[in-house]
Amino acid sequence: MLLELKNIYKNYNQGNMEVPVLKDINLTVEEGEYIAIMGPSGSGKSTLMNIIGCIDTPTSGEYLLDGSVINNYKDKELSEIRNKKIGFVFQNFNLLPRLSAMDNVALPLQYAKVGKKQRREMCKKVIAMVGLEDRMNFKPTQLSGGQKQRVAIARAMVNNPRILLADEPTGALDSKSGKQVMDLFDKLHEEGVTIIMITHADEIASRAKRVIKIIDGELLEESKQTQEVTENE
Amino acid sequence: MLENIRLSFQGIWAHKMRSFLTMLGIIIGIAAIIAIVSTIKGTNDQIKENLIGSGDNIVEVKLFEGEWNYVSGDSMTPENMPMINKTIKEELLSVDEITAVSAYRMGSMYDGIGYQGNMINGATIIGVDEEYFSVMGYRLVSGRLFDSHDRTQFTKAVIIDSNTASSMFGSDSPIGKNIEIRGDVYVIAGVVEETNEYKPKVENINDWYTYYYDDAGSKLFVTDVVWPNLFGFDEPYNVVVKPVNTEAMTNAGKKATEILNAYMPVNEDGSESIYKYKSEDLLEKAKELQDLSESTSKQLIWIASISLLVGGIGVMNIMLVSVTERTREIGLKKALGARKKVILAQFLTEAAVLTSLGGILGVGVGVGLAFLISDIAAVPVAISGSAIAISVAFSMVIGVIFGLIPSVKAANLNPIDALRYE
Ligand SMILES: Nc1ncnc2c1ncn2[C@@H]1O[C@H](COP(=O)(O)OP(=O)(O)OP(=O)(O)O)[C@@H](O)[C@H]1O
Ligand SMILES: [Mg+2]
Repeated sequence: MLLELKNIYKNYNQGNMEVPVLKDINLTVEEGEYIAIMGPSGSGKSTLMNIIGCIDTPTSGEYLLDGSVINNYKDKELSEIRNKKIGFVFQNFNLLPRLSAMDNVALPLQYAKVGKKQRREMCKKVIAMVGLEDRMNFKPTQLSGGQKQRVAIARAMVNNPRILLADEPTGALDSKSGKQVMDLFDKLHEEGVTIIMITHADEIASRAKRVIKIIDGELLEESKQTQEVTENE
Repeated sequence: MLENIRLSFQGIWAHKMRSFLTMLGIIIGIAAIIAIVSTIKGTNDQIKENLIGSGDNIVEVKLFEGEWNYVSGDSMTPENMPMINKTIKEELLSVDEITAVSAYRMGSMYDGIGYQGNMINGATIIGVDEEYFSVMGYRLVSGRLFDSHDRTQFTKAVIIDSNTASSMFGSDSPIGKNIEIRGDVYVIAGVVEETNEYKPKVENINDWYTYYYDDAGSKLFVTDVVWPNLFGFDEPYNVVVKPVNTEAMTNAGKKATEILNAYMPVNEDGSESIYKYKSEDLLEKAKELQDLSESTSKQLIWIASISLLVGGIGVMNIMLVSVTERTREIGLKKALGARKKVILAQFLTEAAVLTSLGGILGVGVGVGLAFLISDIAAVPVAISGSAIAISVAFSMVIGVIFGLIPSVKAANLNPIDALRYE
């Protein structure tokens, strides 16, 4: 078991009111799974993913990663998890505009204190994986949307994380670039990376092996595999 | 760290105008301090040089009548003054700080001096011993100095200073010519000139009164054995001593004064004589003036520090703006695994680089300003390397101090809130 969420709640304070966004979420993810999270807008998908990615904290409930409870981890341990175990891909790419593609990709390695030479090697490898060797020194403004998202994926993967989290990775892309990104995800899945992505599009969700629905902060499991099994019977 | 510095420069360069305006307070503050310190140091060096010169120094130990310098011929002759003879001179020479001693008698004469009926406006007539010219730093221009023959035979020989020579004789050689002094005829043996190495510079009328009043006008030198013919045998001596070095001036003067005053007669009723030897302590005088200029400059530096404080607050303000502007960037970096201290270091470095750069520019402006002031006000500058180093280091510290609050604020941002920030 790679990660496990037990009775996760998330509330936001709106004035005097406590607005519940996630209600009693229970979820286990095994190593190497490929999961799509779907659900209406505002249902709490991003909130859930941010909690999984350790950039947000639940109001209550337990989060186990690799067998240890991380709820009370401090800055040092949390940064290490964000840096080494998790790769994050955002809908709006979130590249630093002043840095070249290469330097953007190198950021996580810098925080992991990887030496300069090795950094270059590792960056080149992932940039080659996303097929942007010839755009390595371009600034984000000189790249297309699809290229930017591939740089972002390279950055997410550069530290060889076990989990790739993607919040609507194709949301800002046309269908062709979207397909390229999804092909990359498939490849990473084949290599054994655990992938959790949020999407609104059924054909993108169809690539995942497991689909989770969130409606109004509650989780509904909707497993393709089990559907297929039932069909076969 | 180097990476952070490089990024800071990039950031500063990306907002040239804003960075410059932010640095302005620091630049002005540091420039003012450097300019003040440099001119003060220059002024102090000049005070010292003006007062005690840069070459060999001497300390004059003169006889005073109460507050006033006693000059033979001006007032009543004091009685029972000590003869400065070989014994007293040797006693003076036995002082560690003193390397040479000369005793002389000096008197003023306001009429009766002239050449072929052309009278001059009086002169100072100095009766000199063998050491006088060398201790006082006179140089022989033409003719000869006094020799033992002059002393044993009481020759009526006179040596004149070069100013008198040119005013009385123009370009003619005065050697061998006769000067009339109160009806007596003296033959000019030589012309001397002050080498001026140790003499204070005169920049205004006050300086002139302070240092040269009694040297003013013509100077005629005769041997100390002949001098009493003109003023009388009871006239007292003045003494000049040469210290081992500039620092020893004060002590040399003090000790010489003590020795000489021990020979002074006591009044009949047992009270102290109003006549006393006093040394002119130029070193002390220089120090007093320097202290004065330094205390003024300290006040100015306090005022300049206010500019640094204002500059520091400006830096804090712009850093807070910068943190707000880059909230998303901070959030992203944290999401990618940057620890708090990484973010903290990044912003602290940026603040320190900003203010250090301001400090360096300020030093440049300050040095320029110092030279400008020296040009306009005719005071010398002395650029102090340590002041420059301290200024730059200090401006860096300002950056760290005033950058702290914004940097801590950045480091403590919650990653998701920062990422969501619009
Ligand atoms: N910082 C916040 N303060 C208050 N409410 C918040 C905050 N962040 C999110 N919410 C609320 O939580 C709910 C879930 O937001 P979330 O971003 O998880 O939705 P989502 O499922 O990702 O939607 P979308 O598909 O549009 O991205 C929303 O109703 C939103 O208004
Ligand atoms: Mg969302």
